[in-house]
Amino acid sequence: MIHFAPWKIAVTVIACLLGLIYAAPNLVSEQAASRIPSWLPHKQLVLGLDLQGGSHLLLEVDTGAVLKERVNSLLDGVRTSLRKDRTVQYTGLAMEGDTVVVRVTDPAKLEQVRKQIREDEPDTEISGDGQLLRIGFRAAEVEAKRRAAIEQSIEIVRRRIDEMGTREPIIQRQGDNRILVQVPGLSDPQRLKDILGKTAKLTFRFVDEETSVEDAKQGRLPPSSELLKYEERGSTAGAEIVVRRRIMVSGENLTDARASFDEHSRPAVSFKFDSVGGRRFGDATKDNVGKLFAIVLDNRVISAPRIQSAILGGSGIITGSFTTQQAQDLALLLRAGALPAPLKIIEERSVGPELGADSIQAGVYSCLVGFILVVIYMVAAYGLFGLFANIALILNLVLIIAIMSVMEATLTLPGIAGILLTLGMAVDANVLVNERIREETKNGRSPLVAIDVGYTRAWATILDSNLTTIIKMVLLYAFGSGAVKGFAVTITIGILTSMFTAILVVRMIMVAWIKRRRLKLLPV
Amino acid sequence: MYRLRFVPDKTSIPFMKGRIMGLAVSAILSFLSVILFFHPGLNYGLDFKGGILIEARTTTPIDFAQLRSALGGLGFGEVGLQQFGSPQDVLVRLEEQPGGDPAQQAAANKIRQAIIGKYPGTEIRRAEAVGATVSGELFRNGMTAMGLALIAMLAYIAFRFDWPFGVGAVATLVLDVTKMIGFFVITDIQFNLTAIAAILTVMGFSINDKVVVYDRVRENLRKYKTMPLRQLIDLSINETLNRTVNTSVTTFLATMPLAIFAHGPIQDFAFVLLFGIVIATSSSIFIAAPILLFLGERRLRPGLSAAQARGDGAKGEGEPKKPAVSTS
Repeated sequence: MIHFAPWKIAVTVIACLLGLIYAAPNLVSEQAASRIPSWLPHKQLVLGLDLQGGSHLLLEVDTGAVLKERVNSLLDGVRTSLRKDRTVQYTGLAMEGDTVVVRVTDPAKLEQVRKQIREDEPDTEISGDGQLLRIGFRAAEVEAKRRAAIEQSIEIVRRRIDEMGTREPIIQRQGDNRILVQVPGLSDPQRLKDILGKTAKLTFRFVDEETSVEDAKQGRLPPSSELLKYEERGSTAGAEIVVRRRIMVSGENLTDARASFDEHSRPAVSFKFDSVGGRRFGDATKDNVGKLFAIVLDNRVISAPRIQSAILGGSGIITGSFTTQQAQDLALLLRAGALPAPLKIIEERSVGPELGADSIQAGVYSCLVGFILVVIYMVAAYGLFGLFANIALILNLVLIIAIMSVMEATLTLPGIAGILLTLGMAVDANVLVNERIREETKNGRSPLVAIDVGYTRAWATILDSNLTTIIKMVLLYAFGSGAVKGFAVTITIGILTSMFTAILVVRMIMVAWIKRRRLKLLPV
Repeated sequence: MYRLRFVPDKTSIPFMKGRIMGLAVSAILSFLSVILFFHPGLNYGLDFKGGILIEARTTTPIDFAQLRSALGGLGFGEVGLQQFGSPQDVLVRLEEQPGGDPAQQAAANKIRQAIIGKYPGTEIRRAEAVGATVSGELFRNGMTAMGLALIAMLAYIAFRFDWPFGVGAVATLVLDVTKMIGFFVITDIQFNLTAIAAILTVMGFSINDKVVVYDRVRENLRKYKTMPLRQLIDLSINETLNRTVNTSVTTFLATMPLAIFAHGPIQDFAFVLLFGIVIATSSSIFIAAPILLFLGERRLRPGLSAAQARGDGAKGEGEPKKPAVSTS
C-alpha cells in the first residue's frame, strides 16, 4: 500500500487535527476552560480522586433493617386485626424471623381470622400448621420494598451531599445494595461521613409521664411505650426517658429546617411543617397543654419540652445541646429527609488535596522524563525513522489526552503510569516495522517496496500483541476497582491510538519523504 | 549517522544450546518463589486483607517511639508505623479490627484524632479503611482477573497459532508470574490491586514478546521447509533480537522515571514493572523458545524425526542456511 487514497490521507489528517483541537483545552487553566464557548471543544481531563484529593466511600444499605421494621409494623397490624372481633382468643403473638406467628385458641375461628388478616394486610401470605398461623410478606413484596429502600437511600444521599455544597460529587448505585459516593476536593471527610452515617429519623411523640424510668427498667413497661436515651442539654450522661410509641408527627411532614438560635442565643434548629403536619401538631398540642412531648432523632430524645400552649402556626424550634455546626448539620439532615435504612461505610479511601497535588507533580515529571528518554533513544537507534516514530509518539500522547477529555474518562495516578507504559510499548509497533524495513532493504528491495512489505509483515504481529494486551485490560477493568480502572482505560486507549499512529501516520510520513527525496535505497 | 545498536545486525547466537540451562534456572527460581509464597508469604495490602491506613504529615519532626506507644495504647492490636520521605511523614497501618465495618471507621477516627492530638496542625494526607466484605471481594476479583487472563491468553494463542505455541506461551507466563510473586515476597512490597495490575501488565508485555518470536518462527517454518526446528528457532530469535531489546529498553526507560519520582504504591508499581520487563524479555528467549522446541519437534516438523532434528541441529549450528525459496 504505497499509494494512499486521497480520502484516507484526508481522514488521517482530520483525525490528527481533531485530536489536537480536543486536547487543547487542557493547556489552559480550569477557569479559562470554563469560559470557552460550548460549541468549541472545552472539556478537560477529569482528574481522579487520587490526583485532586477527595473521598471515596462505599456505603451498604442495611436492607435487613427495613424488613425488620416492616415486620414490626405487621405485628401491630395483625394485633389490630385480631382485636376486631373480641370473641377471638389467641396466644403467642410474636415476631419470628421475617414472619409474625400467632396461635388461635379456637380452631373454629381460624378461617375467620385468616380472612380478616388477608383483608387488612393484602401484601402478606399466611401459612399455617393447625392453629398456628405464620404471616409473612410475599417474596415479590419483600423484593420491591428492598429495591425501594435502596433507590430512596440513593436519593437521600444525593440530597444530603448536594446540601453540603460540594462540587461534582458522584453518587452511583453499585452492585445489589451498595452506593458509591465520590466527593472530590474535600479536605475533611469526617463531616461527610457523619452526615451520611445518620439515619435522621425524626419523630414528635408524647412522653409517657405515668411510667417512671425505674419501672421501665424493671420490665413494667406498657407495650405502647418504650425506653429511650435522653440527650438534652443539662440532662445527666446516660439518662433515659419513657416515651410513647405512637407518633404524633414525623420528619416526613417537615417542609423546611434551618439552623437558628433560641431566646438564649444558643444554637437551635427551626422547622416548618407541611399543612397536614401542622394541623396534626396543632391538634395534639391543643389537647395536651401542660404535658411533656419528646423530639426523637434516631431513637434518642434530643429534647423534651413542656407544651405551654397549642402550637398552631405549623412551625417550631428544636433546642438541644448542639454546637453551631451540629445545628447546621441537623437542619441539613432534616431538609434532605430520613434514610429508609441505616447506611454502613464498608470502604473508605480519602486523599488530601496536598497529596493529590504532589502526585500530579510526580506524574508530570515522570511523563516528561520518560518521554524525553524514549525520544532520544529512538533517534539514537533508528535515526530519521526514529524521528518519524517520535512524531507518532507525540501524536499518540495528544490523541490519548483528546480521547480521554472527550469521553470524560477519569485520569488517575495508575492511569498516568498506563500512559507512560503505552509510550514505551507504542514504540514497539514502530520498532517492529522499522526492523522489518531494515531487513527488506538488506534483501535488496527498493525503499517503497521495503516499506510496503515491512508494514504488511509487521501488521499481523502488531495486531496479535496488541489484542492480547487489550484482552487483559478489559479483564482488569471488569474486575478491578477505583484507580486501577484508570490504568486499564489509559492503556486501552493508548494501544488503539498507537496502532493508528504507527500504521497510518508514520507510513504516510515515510512514503511522502521517500517520494520527495526520490530515494533509491533506504539509509537504514 | 551513528546508530545505537545493542545487538549487531547479523547475530547467530545458538540460544537453544542453553535451553536446558535456561529452563532449569527458571524452574528453580520459580520453585523458590512458590516456597516463598507459602513461607513467609505475601505481604497482603489493605485491598486484600482489610484494615486501616493513614498517611500523615506533621508540622514538627515525629518522635516515633512516643507516637508508637501512644497509638499502641489505644487497644487496636498491632500498630504499624513507618517513616518515609521526611521525618514529618508517617504511615500508620492497622490490622482489620474485629467488630465489622463500623469498628473500622471508629478505629480510623480514633487514630486520626490521636495523631492530631499529639501533633497539632497535622495534615492527614491519605486515609483508607477497608472492611472484610470488600477486601474479600477485591481479592476474589483480582484472582479471577488473573485466572481469566491466563485462560484468555491460552485460548488466543492456541487459536492464532498451533497448540505447542499456546502451551509454550502460557507455561512461560506461569513461570513469569511465579517469579514476580517471589519478587513481591523478597522486596516486601504490598500485594494489592495495583500489584495485580502490574502483574497483568507484565503478562501483557511478556505475551507481546512471545508473539513476536513465535510469529517469526511460524514465518520461518514456511520459508525454510527443511531446516531443523532447533536451528530454525535460533534463527528466529536472532532475527527478532533487535526488536526485543529495543522494545524492552524503551518500555524500561518510560517506566523508570515513575520509580524515581513517584512515591507510595505507584512507586512500588513501577519497580515491579521494571523487574517484570527484565523477566519477560529473558523468558521469551530462554523459556518460551525451548518449550516450543520440546513440544513442537514432532508436530511442527513432521518430516524430520526428533532424533534426526537434534543431530542436524548439532551439526548445523552457526550460520543459518540461506532460504531455498523465498515466499514473498
